[in-house]
Amino acid sequence: MGHAFYVYTSYGISGFVTLALVLWTVIDGRARRRELAELEASGLRRRSAAPMAETPRS
Amino acid sequence: MTALLLRDLKLSIRAGGGALIGVLFFMTVVAVIPFGVGPDLNLLSRIGPAIVWIGALLAALLGLDRLFQTEREDGSLDLLLMQEHPLVLVVLVKCLAHWLANVLPLVIASPLLGLFMNMDEVAIGAVMLTLLVGSPALTFIGAVGAAVAVTLPRGGLLVSILVLPLCVPVLIFGVSASYAAVEDPAPFLPPFLILTAITMFFAVLGPVGAALALRNAGD
Amino acid sequence: MTESLAITKFSDLANPTRFLALAARILPWLSALTTLLFAVGLYLAFSTEGDYQQGDTVRIMYVHVPAAWLSMMCYSVMALSAIGTLVWRHPLADVSHKAAAPLGAAFTLIALVTGSLWGKPMWGTWWVWDARLTSVFVLFLMYLGIIALNRAMDDPSRAARVSAVLILVGFVNIPIIKFSVDWWNTLHQPASVIRLGGPTIDGEFLRPLLVMAVAFTLLFFTLHIMAIRNEIWRRRVSTQRRMAARLAGREG
Repeated sequence: MGHAFYVYTSYGISGFVTLALVLWTVIDGRARRRELAELEASGLRRRSAAPMAETPRS
Repeated sequence: MTALLLRDLKLSIRAGGGALIGVLFFMTVVAVIPFGVGPDLNLLSRIGPAIVWIGALLAALLGLDRLFQTEREDGSLDLLLMQEHPLVLVVLVKCLAHWLANVLPLVIASPLLGLFMNMDEVAIGAVMLTLLVGSPALTFIGAVGAAVAVTLPRGGLLVSILVLPLCVPVLIFGVSASYAAVEDPAPFLPPFLILTAITMFFAVLGPVGAALALRNAGD
Repeated sequence: MTESLAITKFSDLANPTRFLALAARILPWLSALTTLLFAVGLYLAFSTEGDYQQGDTVRIMYVHVPAAWLSMMCYSVMALSAIGTLVWRHPLADVSHKAAAPLGAAFTLIALVTGSLWGKPMWGTWWVWDARLTSVFVLFLMYLGIIALNRAMDDPSRAARVSAVLILVGFVNIPIIKFSVDWWNTLHQPASVIRLGGPTIDGEFLRPLLVMAVAFTLLFFTLHIMAIRNEIWRRRVSTQRRMAARLAGREG
């Protein structure tokens, strides 16, 4: 095996781990944002966000 | 403080013979090794000190999760937290009691296991001495782990995972001091003194960390 | 008081809403800069010539060294956050060290794997139990232990405080890693970039290495900010779900 094998494998693995990390973070963020939007749509708002004019759906 | 020490000692000796189980575990671990590596006496005497040290390390971790858990279950942990004695001192005393009841028997049992491993007298003495000096550090480090995991229902395994990486320096210098006593060119004193320093360092850091964790683990 | 003025005060970062606003503003820039630096760094890494002694494998250094450096810096960031948690009860500090642990574990994994792939052609073995490798492996185990502890506890703020104690106690490992190559005479080469008397490394290798190191550091900060933001959102979702359940219980 030439040295190129080791070089490309190490770059490949590092790239894979980094990409997995980035994707995981981004996807996690998207999911949380969607959940927040759903809650917002169902009428709940943060206590500090607006004067308590909302009528929570029960 | 003396009362607490005596109470803890009495409890751990009476409650189910924790010390005896620790020694039995220690002997079993060491006895299993020859089955794994084969009954070659020369090999066994060479790796003997390391095996005895690892066995003692594992056995010392065995009872650690109970260090604060029983107190938490019967509510006396809250009393200890509210006492006017500084919590760090209380933790230190509890560590000492645990060491006397559970780890000291391991140190006493180690020469016997050294004979099993075909070690000569000098090596047995060195292992016993390094264990005597190094094992308090294991208890102090373990106290942090036990305090961190005190509120977890099944914290025993987690304590071992958290504590073992921190025990590595103790193991390194304990084993290298034992080897230095047997093999001629390496001096015995430097690793032994480093081991002593590690024990003293963790005697301070361990109780402080454990006290901090105990205060924060409450609600 | 305008928003931008308020943000310049560091203490205002304690407010998660302010942090979210700041994060939304700087994240696009930070991620663009990271991508740019990675592009430049990778180009430099593959266009420079190989070492006469190590051949092409010297290119592994350009990912191995930055990842190893980050694995230690990430732990230092976590230790600082842990102090923030325990001393100032800073709400963002809790979130910060929880979010950093998986990142640190990932960078440590990269450092270990690339180091192993570098060691095979250079030393002829995948792994040696020398001081540097062993202590970095211990660091990896500690990251995993902290993640496990965080997952084992239900109450997030208590988990944060307890794991902060563990992080601070585990910090004794960092100096051991840093100085292990100097204290013990081992196979792993001593530090050659940051040392008294200037780097011992040739400028040809230093340039891509520095670019890659900065790129990795920016990547860490980008991901860290994103992960903190995710964690804040996660906590808001669970609080609001609890509020909704309580409201529903009261009115239903």
